[in-house]
Amino acid sequence: MTMRRLINLKRVEARRIYLTYAVVIAAYVICQVMSSTKFLSSSMRGMLVPICAYMVMSVSLNLVVGISGELSLGHAGFMSVGAFSGVASAILMQGVITNAPVRLALAMIVAAVFAAFAGFVIGIPVLRLKGDYLAIVTLAFGEIIKSLLNNFYFGMDSQGLHFSMLTDTTRLLKGGRLIIRGPMGISGIQKIATFPAGFILLMIALMVVFNLVNSRSGRAFMAIRDDRIAAESIGLDITKYKMMAFVTSAALAGAAGALFAMNYSTIVANKFDFNTSILILVFVVLGGQGNMLGGIIAAAVLTILPEKLRQFSDYRMLLYAIILIVMMLATNNDEIKNFLNRINPFRRKEAE
Amino acid sequence: MIFLNYFISGISLGSIYAIIALGYTMVYGIAKMLNFAHGDVIMVGAYVCFYAVSRYEFPPFVGVILAMFVCTVLGMLVERLAYKPLRQAPSLAVLITAIGMSYFLQNTALLLWSSNPKVFPSIVGRGAFKLFEGKLSVSHITALTISACVVIMIVLSLFISKTRLGKAMRACSEDKGAAQLMGINVNATISLTFAIGSGLAAVAGALLCSAYPTLMPTTGALPGIKAFTAAVFGGIGSIPGAFLGGLMLGVIEIFAKAYISSQLSDAVVFAVLIIVLLVKPAGLLGKQAQEKV
Repeated sequence: MTMRRLINLKRVEARRIYLTYAVVIAAYVICQVMSSTKFLSSSMRGMLVPICAYMVMSVSLNLVVGISGELSLGHAGFMSVGAFSGVASAILMQGVITNAPVRLALAMIVAAVFAAFAGFVIGIPVLRLKGDYLAIVTLAFGEIIKSLLNNFYFGMDSQGLHFSMLTDTTRLLKGGRLIIRGPMGISGIQKIATFPAGFILLMIALMVVFNLVNSRSGRAFMAIRDDRIAAESIGLDITKYKMMAFVTSAALAGAAGALFAMNYSTIVANKFDFNTSILILVFVVLGGQGNMLGGIIAAAVLTILPEKLRQFSDYRMLLYAIILIVMMLATNNDEIKNFLNRINPFRRKEAE
Repeated sequence: MIFLNYFISGISLGSIYAIIALGYTMVYGIAKMLNFAHGDVIMVGAYVCFYAVSRYEFPPFVGVILAMFVCTVLGMLVERLAYKPLRQAPSLAVLITAIGMSYFLQNTALLLWSSNPKVFPSIVGRGAFKLFEGKLSVSHITALTISACVVIMIVLSLFISKTRLGKAMRACSEDKGAAQLMGINVNATISLTFAIGSGLAAVAGALLCSAYPTLMPTTGALPGIKAFTAAVFGGIGSIPGAFLGGLMLGVIEIFAKAYISSQLSDAVVFAVLIIVLLVKPAGLLGKQAQEKV
């Protein structure tokens, strides 16, 4: 299926997709070899899973921002829905399924389903809006998800599942376990997330996104992005296609959230705040909107770099801010674009 | 009486939102962009006022004037450096730049002034008026905030409707191209709008931190977003709308805090934003814009 579609694609596009897969696989093999030969420091090894999770986040946000052309500022919200539902389901499955990789995979699927559902519910109102309003409403939903999860209590005992809002009124019986504890989040998580699992998730995310982008629906996304009115006039159902991109993106973000959370022993809802949404947006913008490989590389670089440059950690967020501004000015202002073209002798001449 | 107390603190908070919302609504009306960094200009204004009053011991009035001056210059500088080069760019690019600018201001403030919260001295002391035999107390800062908001609203409305510059601003917001043909300097008008909005943000910063005296580099972010909510609520681009939206949002927030849950009050405010945008996207007093092909 994938092969047939790739053959039909334009050469350039197919080459770009193969290159992305090749780079990701090569990076994985190199990291595995380095980590088995003890070449990788333990702090770096600990970062492999979060990097994979951020890469998947970058790919999934790129589908909304780069391909669909809508700015989502609440992407961390879907990540947190996935993290909480994934971890909670993994804890519930602990007694039943003893094989850790299977449990991880199931937890990520549960996380993706929950996040996709959240994306669908949020998408119904959000996707009727456009531009700045859409962006600000996704921000609002991100904050609402954070507030709700901060006040959510969920536990299990012999009577079944219990949950409550605001205060802990679950009244668990003896032997029961309070899994989600409001602002304290979830603690005592078994760290079952592994680097190979992260790699597989990233490959799945790439396959899903590339297949979607190079399908009829993907062309519809881009048509709507480039000219909403023209797309509508040829009979494209705008809400349907936007919803498709939004829900797919939310599902991938949810799976990434579950992977991310199961790399730590404790997670709290405040970890997935507006700053995290912006961080992921920086990956997408720095990598180039619509360019998956760029976003993946940006995610890796911007996660490793701050660790390596700890003495400059105060300047990290400042650097992100400058990246956002400079990238936007460099790619959208004609004068600056011409200037960059002039000083760069290696730049290939773009065909008009 | 408790209800009335809540109502008055709601109006007071709402007045601050209204002053901030003016900056959003004017900039949106003219430059058609969401100036995400507006909330952080509030924070800069509050810091300038804080240092002027507590370190250099200027009288509070001078502190506020100084803050207004610094913020006005800052607002114009931000517009010139980051937004003006993107006048023709797609709105997504402008919004991302504005978010970048917001982060830039926050993190510069973090480096300059550290993340330790500062206790802001109230610009009018901590006294209160007692009414109804002490049953109802209205603090001086509350009274000052509400009256400052009313004065600003009246002066600004007169400025927009009566003066030549105000007329130029209205013309630019209707149609930039036509305004330019009529000999209006569009760039200068946009610059002026940013200057006024940022100057007002400084006033809002001083009032906000007098009422809620913790000052941090992130102080401006949430009030900024809520004030934007207020501007949308009232109808973006409309000055009376910003006033009405601000007051209503302030009252809703205080009531949500008092009667629903203090942890969920922000969620309630954002839910209001979502409902308003869905039911009445043009806001209470906004004009419904027709999309032309």
